[in-house]
Amino acid sequence: MALDDSKKVKNFKVVGTRPNRPDGIDKVTGRARFGADMVAPGMLTGRILRSPHAHARILRIDASKAEALPGVKAVVTRADFGDVPDHVADVMDNCMAGDKALYDGHAVAAIAASSAAVARKALKLIEVDYEVLPHVTDVDEAMKPGAPVLHEGRQQETVPSGMSGNVIARSEFGHGDIEAGLAKADRVVERTYRTGATHQGYIEPHACLATMSADGQGDLWVCTQGHYMVRNVCAAILGLEQGQLRVTASEIGGGFGGKTVVFLEPVALMLAKKSGRPVKMVMSRSEVLRATGPTASTSIDVKIGMTKEGRITAAFAELRYQGGAYPGSPVDMGAMSAFAPYDLENVKTVGWDVVTNRPKAAAYRAPGAPMAAYAVESAIDELAKGFGLDPLAVRLMNGADEGTKASYGPTYPAIGLKATLEAAHRHPHWTAPLGENQGRGVACGFWFNFGGDTCVSLNVTPDGTVTVSEGNPDIGGSRASMTMMAAEELGIPYDQVRTIIADTGSLGQNEVTDGSRVTFAVGLATIEAARAAKREMCRRAAMIWGIDEEAVEWEDGAARPAGPNAGKFPPMTIKEIAAVASNTGGPIAGHHEVTAEGAGVSFATHMVDVEVDPETGATKILRYTVFQDAGRAVHPSYVEGQFQGGAVQGIGWALNEEYIYGEDGILQNAGFLDYRIPVASDLPMIDTVILEIPNPGHPYGVRGVGETSIVPPLAAVANAVSAAAGVRMTRLPMSPPRVLAAMQAAKG
Amino acid sequence: MSRIHVTTKINGDETEFLCDAEATLLDVLRDELGLTGTKEGCGTGDCGACSVTVDGRLVCSCLMLGAEAEGREIATIEGMAAGEVLHPLQKKFIEMAALQCGICTPGILVAAKSLLERNPDPSEEEVRYWLAGNLCRCTGYDKIIRAVLETAADMRRAS
Repeated sequence: MALDDSKKVKNFKVVGTRPNRPDGIDKVTGRARFGADMVAPGMLTGRILRSPHAHARILRIDASKAEALPGVKAVVTRADFGDVPDHVADVMDNCMAGDKALYDGHAVAAIAASSAAVARKALKLIEVDYEVLPHVTDVDEAMKPGAPVLHEGRQQETVPSGMSGNVIARSEFGHGDIEAGLAKADRVVERTYRTGATHQGYIEPHACLATMSADGQGDLWVCTQGHYMVRNVCAAILGLEQGQLRVTASEIGGGFGGKTVVFLEPVALMLAKKSGRPVKMVMSRSEVLRATGPTASTSIDVKIGMTKEGRITAAFAELRYQGGAYPGSPVDMGAMSAFAPYDLENVKTVGWDVVTNRPKAAAYRAPGAPMAAYAVESAIDELAKGFGLDPLAVRLMNGADEGTKASYGPTYPAIGLKATLEAAHRHPHWTAPLGENQGRGVACGFWFNFGGDTCVSLNVTPDGTVTVSEGNPDIGGSRASMTMMAAEELGIPYDQVRTIIADTGSLGQNEVTDGSRVTFAVGLATIEAARAAKREMCRRAAMIWGIDEEAVEWEDGAARPAGPNAGKFPPMTIKEIAAVASNTGGPIAGHHEVTAEGAGVSFATHMVDVEVDPETGATKILRYTVFQDAGRAVHPSYVEGQFQGGAVQGIGWALNEEYIYGEDGILQNAGFLDYRIPVASDLPMIDTVILEIPNPGHPYGVRGVGETSIVPPLAAVANAVSAAAGVRMTRLPMSPPRVLAAMQAAKG
Repeated sequence: MSRIHVTTKINGDETEFLCDAEATLLDVLRDELGLTGTKEGCGTGDCGACSVTVDGRLVCSCLMLGAEAEGREIATIEGMAAGEVLHPLQKKFIEMAALQCGICTPGILVAAKSLLERNPDPSEEEVRYWLAGNLCRCTGYDKIIRAVLETAADMRRAS
């Protein structure tokens, strides 16, 4: 059978159109079942007791009064879990504190009770004796030699001796000679930038429903970005065989990286095991903010040299990221991505991974990159403006292209950075007039994108319609894109395919929905599964016609004899082949299992106009345009949606959002009133320009689009606010008091 | 603690339930009546995911007690479509990709319907301020605002 990729790629029939998403009706009628929407007979309510201290030794937990309360069916503390394997030790400790509570909100004990009211009462009856310890929540403070230390013995060999034990690791990337490069510069800008910790802010709190039988079989219903990850981690923590724990992903109400780890799940399973009853756990918003997410707060030094023509001669950044209470902040990805958009002779980044008494950082959309881009793109903007140069032209002059050796090592294949810059330059937004107190900012951003373990199973039903089973929760329309790619490849209408998210018992291992990988990797596996099914259907047709299977080709949803010697037979459609499958060898299916590679890096340029109120320091976003390379936009509406959503999360990060800790180490704004994410009245429309520079690593050219869109906005907004306010803003968020203070300080 | 007997009307159906004095209307809808289309995002009236109407007035059901539903008429997302026929807002949200994850969608649809009942020809700014109490973290609101404005225009043409 001949499969001609190039012909397909040129003449898409389904890819690039905008059909209704298959889960649309369920989601507009309230029928879709999210994490908290499931019930089970005899179900108990699970609740968690959390530390009121930022750092404290747990001396004693006495749950006897709680256990004696009628309706309490189980109490769980860390002691119930025993020793767990090393690779899940920190996850375990984050889900349920060991000998120390490491942040305000850290889980200390859990109960399962017959009602929420009993559960609430029982929590108050658990007695915990704490020895309160000194704490530290700021990254720069945590690195000082005298700072309170969270963990002993965790510092890696990469860290020079004499540094605080909170400094876990040092990383370094780059090439060339920074000092030699700086010597060639006409001007060097050296500044320190700071960003606040932000939360992913998904509207759906974490929720799960667990059952656990005495024979070691468990079932879990959970809102997660990766139910296979949930299975593997929970099995390791509870000492279960992975095959005995079946995890089903609910619909997911947002994640943005924050649902790529477990919080409640092992605890719910343990409560279910001890009580012998199903246990449902749902977090409150305050629990979500105190104990899940967030991203790292950062402190970043940047030093960049530039010639007066705009050429960057050397670029250096030192990044300090606090990742909360356990090692693993996203600093390495910040250090790798900081200068990734540029073709630089001399470039170096150093990253420091630091722990503090805050909740352990979880991935947040392009983890680590937005803060690094904010610092670097601010410095480039300042240099360009200082020389009176066009900031887009300066970026184009220094921009990475096919063949550029990236600052983090690899040499780029075909990439879209310059296409986004050129599109920005041509766009009417760039030359639109600005008024008083208004400013325009631009910035570039990069994200790696990932592939990873992926399985897809595609079944042809007896009536010739198709079902696709995939293993990644649909967080923003991916059922639609899988359905489209399957329909495209099979040459059948979109509505003849239905895609479902299978449970962990139905497919092999699937990586979590992260790294903007789903449309790329699951799409790739869907296309390959469809090709396998087509090969089988061609074989069946060849058998029926009595000709060589190599003499059959697939086109427009039917097998056709191909070539001069194939014979003259009318085409057999997928429905006709499916109808007789029982007589030609049995049911027809295709499947594909792969560790997907070749994800294809992605670039964006953002442009934003703001107005800063000189009386209050408040910033209004006036106009916003996103230019991003999608490789190939499978469903352009959802590609636009990713661009828009990322931009607005970045606007929130730039202007409003921040974890605020008191001197006592307690989170002061654990609610949506005080942790304020952007609302509809804060924003204009977010315009989008989709560039399509095909990814050579995907059959249709797809690149992931989900994460890149949050990388440029922090810097783009900061550059615009700096222009409007007449003073360089080096700290996020740019809340009104901060902007006002900076403006007043600049006036002297 | 005795439970309170409440008689109310939900999506046009006479409904009776028993609830604790402390139970919110949201708790009752979700946990007693199985109407889980109404979502809890915060429990403090800040996110709008639990939006319903009570006697035609838009409220956060997490801020109202179940017992206060006595004698009222409640409308939730489950009552928005007429059988198989979607409300024009529901249809437009699907067509224009005005949802990504979908968790805020029921609350936004209930709120938007309430707006169009009061103001069939809202400006973009009016839609943005009316929906300012409904948080969406996925979409950046762009497609939501456009879908509401287009639905309003369609409904004006149809009437």
